[in-house]
Amino acid sequence: MGKTRRKTGTTTPRKSRSPRPVRKLKFATDWTYSAAPESTDHVRLESRYGLFIDGKFSEPRSGRYFATISPSTEKKIADVADASTADVGRAVKAARRAFDGTWSKMKPSERGKYIFRIARIIQERAREFAVVESMDGGKPIRESRDVDIPLAAGHFFYYAGWADKLPYAFPCRDPKPVGVAGQIIPWNFPLLMAAWKIAPALATGNTVVLKPAETTPLTALKLAEVIQEADLPPGVVNIITGAGETGAALVNHPDVDKIAFTGSTEVGKIIQKAIAGSKKKFTLELGGKAANIVFEDAAIDQAVEGIVNGIFFNQGHVCCAGSRLFVQESVADDVVRRLKDRMETLIVGDPLDKNTDIGAINSKPQLEKIREYIQIGQDEGAEIYQSSCPLPAKGYWCRPTLFTKASQSHRIVQEEIFGPVLAVQTFRTVEEVIEKANNTPYGLSGGVWTDKGAKIFKITGKLRAGVVWANTFNMFDPSSPFGGYKESGVGREGGLHGLLPYVNLS
Amino acid sequence: MILKTYKLYIGGKFPRTESGRYDILKTSRGAAVANICRGSRKDFREAVVAARSAAEKWGAASAFLRGQILYRMAEMLQGRASQFVQELELQGFTLRAASRNTEASIDRLVYYAGWADKFQQMFSSVNPVSSSHFNFSMCEPTGVVAVLAPGEGGLLGLVSCLAPVIVGGNTCTLLASQSTPLTAITFAEVLHGSDLPAGVVNILTGRRDELLEPFSTHMDVNAIVYCGSDSKERQETRFNAAGNVKRTVCRHLRDWYSPDAQSPYMIADTQEIKTTWHPIDT
Repeated sequence: MGKTRRKTGTTTPRKSRSPRPVRKLKFATDWTYSAAPESTDHVRLESRYGLFIDGKFSEPRSGRYFATISPSTEKKIADVADASTADVGRAVKAARRAFDGTWSKMKPSERGKYIFRIARIIQERAREFAVVESMDGGKPIRESRDVDIPLAAGHFFYYAGWADKLPYAFPCRDPKPVGVAGQIIPWNFPLLMAAWKIAPALATGNTVVLKPAETTPLTALKLAEVIQEADLPPGVVNIITGAGETGAALVNHPDVDKIAFTGSTEVGKIIQKAIAGSKKKFTLELGGKAANIVFEDAAIDQAVEGIVNGIFFNQGHVCCAGSRLFVQESVADDVVRRLKDRMETLIVGDPLDKNTDIGAINSKPQLEKIREYIQIGQDEGAEIYQSSCPLPAKGYWCRPTLFTKASQSHRIVQEEIFGPVLAVQTFRTVEEVIEKANNTPYGLSGGVWTDKGAKIFKITGKLRAGVVWANTFNMFDPSSPFGGYKESGVGREGGLHGLLPYVNLS
Repeated sequence: MILKTYKLYIGGKFPRTESGRYDILKTSRGAAVANICRGSRKDFREAVVAARSAAEKWGAASAFLRGQILYRMAEMLQGRASQFVQELELQGFTLRAASRNTEASIDRLVYYAGWADKFQQMFSSVNPVSSSHFNFSMCEPTGVVAVLAPGEGGLLGLVSCLAPVIVGGNTCTLLASQSTPLTAITFAEVLHGSDLPAGVVNILTGRRDELLEPFSTHMDVNAIVYCGSDSKERQETRFNAAGNVKRTVCRHLRDWYSPDAQSPYMIADTQEIKTTWHPIDT
């Protein structure tokens, strides 16, 4: 993308009932941004990827391949194998052999060294990983470079150190590995989710069969290269690509001891049902509809940044996105005005451009789903606002969108959209907003913005959610447990608590 | 001498089952001991409403208070120990076994009373995140828990499954064992006299095969503790639990007297971990 984009900070004049004079925030009125694309010439990609089983890439038994395309160009990047049930069987067999033969018997400190090595190699190849992540998934390079890849390396580094210290994590217990872990990950944070799954599993002595999402398989396959480079014993990590059928075969495989799934609540429930008759352990990290609550005593400009980060980070393809905004009535007009001004400055476009704030929507079906919800929001009577930014001609794009005059019964308030769409509601009292915030089957995350410490702890204590951000949003760290209440999932990933799902305590 | 009517325990009251049905508890020789309420799906729904209403306050009660109340339960049980021994005998226990079962139940309550203000420290953490944030993770109760008490184990089995749930701030609805319903309902009287707020524990008697389905499908139940070894029942429980992603805890213990039958990890089974972030100025 060689063209120069002009940022106009101007928008149509809007009505406001605020008694104060409406001052237009001047963010970037006269600036222009030159294109600043990250180069891709250093990236090594094959045109075709097999399945990573037993330490090497092999052709799928099925003989079938499917294309993974770039959502920003709609061009094919590579073909990847479609693993059949027989392929899943091969991978599980390799994982079982590695579990029985080497990995569970290895001295824990040695196990740790392998994991440390993975972390180091990811750090060394971070730039390549960031570029591939943005190409394959559509997320802005700034995010893949500064968030996804460093955090992925961080997760391996964090859990590597646990390998020989596990008894300290579970006082009076002797933690033992579960066995073969089947892991299914989503397309929103492809490498990071792989790290969240693989790192704790390996540290606790399990072996792994991982299935990345069909729209974003490339960084997982690059991770397979790293695993080869780190010289892990064959079969300890197996990475197989495919769609829902491959995932189902993995879930239903009788020799898998544990399922770890991140994805939609709908699929999570199907998995929970599918393994009901087995002894499989499971963790589920499912959908969310987080409330982000702004009080009148908050630092409003910071809150606006937090709202933007909460819903537009990664195109809103975030299970913990702050997709329901609750603003105290007294400051609602002001917050919404500033939010619209800020949205107007967001650059939507080439994921590989370092200026880009919002990249491409991950896939065409996802874009269609988001558009459907945007239509539903309007049909239900909420008032839509979208920024006026230009969109590239090719690729899947969605303007940052907000709905005011939304109410609790609206589908855009109740259902997870998984896109850059924010529903705004107002409230008067603390009790009211807690009631509204918790009135959802989800319970993954939440946010609160206020300068009053006692109020923060009142709200964070009462939000029924697994992760609560106060005066910040969408922060992640390897040492920080993550996971949901209610229908947002079971179990925690990250931190000390992330070890538990991968051990049997006797 | 008058005979006691065994009823249900819902929301701090002792109602009869709304269904008007009853089962007859018999001794091993076939002599009728008592009429037992055959609790219904609707009784269960009422009990969940009661448990939900009590959840916020009990979850927010101080750990110290919860510990005091559990200890008070032990005291009340001790005071009525002879009644429990007698009822256990009526339900087929030998005198010796009945005494042992009752004493161990008292001990178990004391054990968990002591954990009330300690388990949090065991399972919480302050997390050393790389960014400039204060970040900590702590336990919170999962919410409303349905408990299917073990068929065996007498009062001890019931107490062993109930105590870790409520000491952690959950409220619950429990289905008593079909073989020992008398002690379950008499235990409700112990709860009633222990300053345990109404609705924190609700106890039903009835048939497991009839009530397993509503227990495991109810959409306002956050977790289910299934005690037993029937693989079909366990599968049904786990399958139904998926309807609203209930946490499912399956307990199968042969020996409720063993050290494995009590543990802070059992409290953790019905706890959620909440992680809170706040920026630190740099």
